[in-house]
Amino acid sequence: MSMARDRVKILIVVVALAAVALIVPHTTSFIILLATRALAFSILVMSLDLLLGFTGLASLGQAAYLGVGAYLTAILAARYQVGLGYDFWLVIVFGMLGAAALAALFGLLATRATGVYFLMITLALGQCVWGLAYRWNSLTGGDNGINLQHRPKFGIDLANPVTFFYVVFGFFAVSLLVLYVIVRSPFGRSLVGIREREPRMKILGYNTWLHKYIAFIIAGAFGGLSGVLWAHTAGIVSPENVVLTTSVDALLMAVLGGAGTLVGGVIGAGVVLFIREYLSTVVHWWQYVLGGVYVLVILYLPGGLMSIPGRVRQWRGAAEFGSRTELGGSSALRVGVVKQRE
Amino acid sequence: MTSKIERRAGLLTAVCFAVAMGAMPAAAQEELRIGFIAPMTGPFAQVGKDMNDGLNMYMEEVNGNFGGTKVKIIVEDSQAKPDTAVTKAKKLILEDHVQMFIGGVLASEGYALAPVSTAEKTVYVSSIAAADDLTQRQLGNYPYFIRTGWTSSQPHQPLGQWACDQGYKKIIAVAADYAFGYEVVGGFQKVFEDCGGKIVQKIWPPLGTKDFGPYIPTFKSDADAVFSLMVGPMPLQFPKQVRASGWTKPIIGGGTSYDESVLPFMSDEAIGDVSALQYSAGLQTPRNEAFVKAYRAKYGKVPSYFSESNYTTAMMIDMVMKQTKGAWPGPEAFIAKMLTLKVDAPRGPVSFDDMRNPIQDIYIKKVEKTKMFGYDKDELWNVVIKTYPAVSQFWTYGKDAFLKQPVYSRDFPPCKNCE
Repeated sequence: MSMARDRVKILIVVVALAAVALIVPHTTSFIILLATRALAFSILVMSLDLLLGFTGLASLGQAAYLGVGAYLTAILAARYQVGLGYDFWLVIVFGMLGAAALAALFGLLATRATGVYFLMITLALGQCVWGLAYRWNSLTGGDNGINLQHRPKFGIDLANPVTFFYVVFGFFAVSLLVLYVIVRSPFGRSLVGIREREPRMKILGYNTWLHKYIAFIIAGAFGGLSGVLWAHTAGIVSPENVVLTTSVDALLMAVLGGAGTLVGGVIGAGVVLFIREYLSTVVHWWQYVLGGVYVLVILYLPGGLMSIPGRVRQWRGAAEFGSRTELGGSSALRVGVVKQRE
Repeated sequence: MTSKIERRAGLLTAVCFAVAMGAMPAAAQEELRIGFIAPMTGPFAQVGKDMNDGLNMYMEEVNGNFGGTKVKIIVEDSQAKPDTAVTKAKKLILEDHVQMFIGGVLASEGYALAPVSTAEKTVYVSSIAAADDLTQRQLGNYPYFIRTGWTSSQPHQPLGQWACDQGYKKIIAVAADYAFGYEVVGGFQKVFEDCGGKIVQKIWPPLGTKDFGPYIPTFKSDADAVFSLMVGPMPLQFPKQVRASGWTKPIIGGGTSYDESVLPFMSDEAIGDVSALQYSAGLQTPRNEAFVKAYRAKYGKVPSYFSESNYTTAMMIDMVMKQTKGAWPGPEAFIAKMLTLKVDAPRGPVSFDDMRNPIQDIYIKKVEKTKMFGYDKDELWNVVIKTYPAVSQFWTYGKDAFLKQPVYSRDFPPCKNCE
């Protein structure tokens, strides 16, 4: 894997993101709203990708952390008028810390397990948070949820959809960058090693549990960030945000975009939200489209949508980059990385 | 390499084109544009269909024309999720430039949609979502909100009086565990206990429960009756299982436990059960008979309150538009004009209180197997056995006294006679 190839990839992502940032504000207000929603939610998807794509831990409870961030934001804003001015930044920090704290607690239980057991434990823990949101009426408003009447105002007014879009875009870009740095760091590399072969990493002297635990907490923190933004995007926080289907959505989006690619998360979130919230206003058979996309991607693109360029190159038999496959979630590469470390 | 650039340029053009398509401005506004938000998919899709059919029936009666102005109805699927409902409402406002939107089913959808109407200065007419506080303690936040349906507790306060008048002393409440359930039980309990009755037990099965086996054996045997509030898929099983357990005392229920969206699918165990609502398809007035017959001929089933409420909502909007000779009066004036209406609806006479909620007749109705309106088959009907005329959301307490108490919840009124 040459540095030049990496640079090209990074360049493509940067250009694509810049294009999004430039084009979206000139579309209709509804498209801006959907783009903002997709970006806010894709932070959650990327946080899950850190676990799923890089560490090999499929979590079904990621919505819990979105819930912590979102409920914290809503409760502070609706009850105490906190987070509607410059203290918005404080809420961001609280949201991330709160979600990280919950992840630190849940992680103690969850990271002991792997595979389907990890899936089950995270599912159960996630549903505990949902249960709290649903039943702790005095705090969460129960099924009715909590409304946020206003968006924060600090020099800039986030009630303006375009301003808010740029703010969410900024958070998204920074999250992407930070997560990218994390997965490219030695720590990130060892996560990949754990995904590929945990016993080997243990023998090499890595404390694999600690690595997984830290990854779990980082993912939780970004989930919390996503929640804070989501609360202000939607204007309402309800148990619907924490329920199992939200976690499943995040998982499907990560897989759809391409697990282990980070950027795939925003593509997955974009495609799913576009079908569910835009296409559903155009045709009533949108559910077949969504189902069809899932089935086709799982069948023909196991690496997700991000693997399309690699596939195309493969089909064209372009030998210029060598015969090695360049699929999004390709494990061959990462095994290679681990071997280099050895 | 050139070909690659060309390919990418082609792709970019395609993307730009797609974006431009989305950005095309809406057509000039000479028509009245109304957004309609109802669940078309998911567990509440059937209810959403009833809502839509009711609205469509009125639109066809007037040829899609209110007071000389062509009306365009734009239907959006809320999937009965508050989050999605908000997105769809924004789409209707931003993309379709609607003057108002109607709909929402669950209380949570109502609470989610009302702030959108305030933020976007667009009228929101709640035809079904019954969350009490929207037209009570929180009304001040929502100047563009009006309700044409009901508050959750509105029919159940009279039902509490009726139950007390029957001489019931002790009643067990079994209700779906969410805000609507709390408000329905709250209204019933408040009036029933103020009259001297006692709620001796409250059981809260989760929303969507279909097997009540674990709850029924805990029923206190010295109670005189069971009060149930079932929603969506829940009502079908409840009377069946309670009767199968050997319970012979009366079962009474909230409106949605026996309304016509479920009644035709219920078994004979439901016969004799009593419930309350602002509408019954079995209401024997010429106005309702004509409505039921026309609706049934068109859609093949008896109208539920979901159908009637949206039919009547369309009628109310039409009445306002006739007053203005088809000109959209603006949101504030529209709300003001709505509030002055005196409507002769299939459900009976409807007017509004100053908290923008209907004042209407509440019907205590009993499930009977009978022939109605000249149909030749024996069917289950909600036969009206008592009418409480012109009931307001505040029952007999008066607005000020009523608003001083907190909104009905899981803990209010407290269950002081429970053990």
